[in-house]
Amino acid sequence: MLKILYQIFRTGIVTEKLTPAEEATVTIAGANLEKEVERRFKRSIAIRLVDSGSCNGCEVEINAINNPIYNCERFGLSFTASPRFADMLLVTGPVSRNMELALKRTYEAMPSPKLVVAVGDCGYNGGIFGCSYASLGGVGKLLPVDAYIHGCPPSPSQVLNGILKAIKKI
Amino acid sequence: MNEKITNLLMYLISKNAVTMDGSINGAVACSVRSTLFAQVAKLLKGADFRLVAEWAADETFFDRGFAIYAAYNHETDYLIVKSELHFADSAFPTITKHFPSAYLLERKIESLMGLNPAGHPDLRPWIKHEDWPEDAYPLRKSFDANIKLPRTDGKYKWIKAEGEGVFEIPVGPVHAGIIEPGHFRFQAVGEDIINLEARLGYVHKGIEKRFEGMPWQDAVKLAGRVSGDSTVAHTAAFCIAAEEASGCTPPERAQFLRAIMIERERIANHLGDIGAICNDTAFALLNCQFSILKEKMLRTNQAIFGHRLMMDKIIPCGVSVDLPANGKEAILKEIEEIVPEFERLVRIYEDNPSVEDRVYGTGVLKPEIAKELGVLGFVARASGQATDARKQRPYPPYDRFISDISVLSSGDVHARAWVRIEEVRDSIRLIKEMLRELPDGPISLEWKKPLPGQSGFSAVEGWRGEIVYWVQCGPDGGINRCMVRDPSSMNWPAVELSIRGNIVPDFPLCNKSFNQSYSGHDL
Ligand code: SF4
Repeated sequence: MLKILYQIFRTGIVTEKLTPAEEATVTIAGANLEKEVERRFKRSIAIRLVDSGSCNGCEVEINAINNPIYNCERFGLSFTASPRFADMLLVTGPVSRNMELALKRTYEAMPSPKLVVAVGDCGYNGGIFGCSYASLGGVGKLLPVDAYIHGCPPSPSQVLNGILKAIKKI
Repeated sequence: MNEKITNLLMYLISKNAVTMDGSINGAVACSVRSTLFAQVAKLLKGADFRLVAEWAADETFFDRGFAIYAAYNHETDYLIVKSELHFADSAFPTITKHFPSAYLLERKIESLMGLNPAGHPDLRPWIKHEDWPEDAYPLRKSFDANIKLPRTDGKYKWIKAEGEGVFEIPVGPVHAGIIEPGHFRFQAVGEDIINLEARLGYVHKGIEKRFEGMPWQDAVKLAGRVSGDSTVAHTAAFCIAAEEASGCTPPERAQFLRAIMIERERIANHLGDIGAICNDTAFALLNCQFSILKEKMLRTNQAIFGHRLMMDKIIPCGVSVDLPANGKEAILKEIEEIVPEFERLVRIYEDNPSVEDRVYGTGVLKPEIAKELGVLGFVARASGQATDARKQRPYPPYDRFISDISVLSSGDVHARAWVRIEEVRDSIRLIKEMLRELPDGPISLEWKKPLPGQSGFSAVEGWRGEIVYWVQCGPDGGINRCMVRDPSSMNWPAVELSIRGNIVPDFPLCNKSFNQSYSGHDL
């Protein structure tokens, strides 16, 4: 126990301010974004993540925004297990044929109003996997996307900045 | 070549059963008649070989039919056995009855290439989901990769367990956390799991097909996105296979830098996952602490190599970035900061009864089963199997810097975590030694395409285990076939078997302790 307390106290608070050094490249595609966010979500957004065929590189960085250094919860962003509680669907990957139905179902299971943010170059246009028998070539081919966060993978601050930019909170 | 393999080959050659194949580089290679494919497998099994990979290639562009390949390993030897099938012939004898580890590989060959492993016990489609047209075989040359396949109404036949009180729990493909998709079915009685069946393929995005005809420089990038968390080792494996095929050798400095990046990738992933295992035992503190260490490493990667995951830094015949002037010092300084912190966390892990209670004796993969399944990496080393591609196929600089792997035999969650703790220590030692002896000189040479018909094989020890590539150059100088075998393909069946007899709530913890790649498996 003493070791644990010692470790906690010597670590202190490591959470960092978000520096604008790494500006996120975001394409805003949804017109209703700003209005709906202001009106409905206030300062807390529950996010459901779906990997629709990513290489898992994007997941590494999305996981990182939950670490104590980025600590996304301080901005009111939390990840939820169920789509029923989710305000935002964060999608990675080019939408593989085998994930298409599951992604669609997850979207449909979310209550309205709902936002869709596609993360990574894959989510934008299929990235290096392109468009093929196995890949739809971008989340926009299946769902109404409100914003795209570019990068392969976007860094945690880009993901965080991107989400915040998309919901116009900063 | 060791004596066993030489004797075996001599014997087969004397029987007129095999001929040596000079077009395959990077391993000893021979051709056998397809009728003998399984018999050779049986002989090799008897001689204690391990099945490394099995795959098929459509060699129409060489005016031949299909060919089936199997790669085997024994100590430091890799042997590839190839069988060409006659035109219009699409069956070959299964080797699953000798090597259970071929079970999924052959299902995949059947599903994606349309070749029938005659005698295979279970030919349900794999990766190809039930709503694909049955005759869609993407890896055949006659298949147009750009068409949109219609959806049909097939049904996947799950393995059933019946009896009083047996019920089924389906999970996925979308899981609760920030992880990749896959579907799991448990049959349980009360809390006890009697069987688990995994069905994967959800993130299949046609990687192997996409390699075909892709310019070599782009193909490296694709290899780096087979499994993003293991991007360095995958690009290294692709490049080594391509270099074997073309006969070029990267400069020494590049080989060192590759290895340093591979070891850094190993440490970063191990740190993150040890934390995540603790998190699944509800000990969030260690997860936070380990993730801080991982984040530190990724930042150093960004500062030194220009990318947090070091993507696209390895190129054919070299690396694309050199260490900056202060690079060496920056890495050593980082190590100095991380090591004492890491050791403190390990002591907390060791001392904590609530962690101990969950990780000991949970998710046991017995050594005999590990051996039969041919599992790899830390999963193997936690279950008594001393496999490590850095030792079995010591590509430079691992011929000079020998990994000192620890092998445990309990095969439980703790063993898998502990092997990774030891590996962090060993990788740190390796990085220090490599930095000390880092040679000067260029970081890349001019890349020359392989000659048509040549192919190259490689095996690289990524953080999950041995990654295997086989790249074949087509008649036009482009890629005719690129076979990718992530360690996950061999390790997934072990997840299924190790969970039996555990309770349902322990599944996330067990699964995390394996942490296999869905993307690397589904391709
Ligand atoms: S954008 Fe890049 S990192 Fe993200 S899933 Fe696609 S290939 Fe992987």
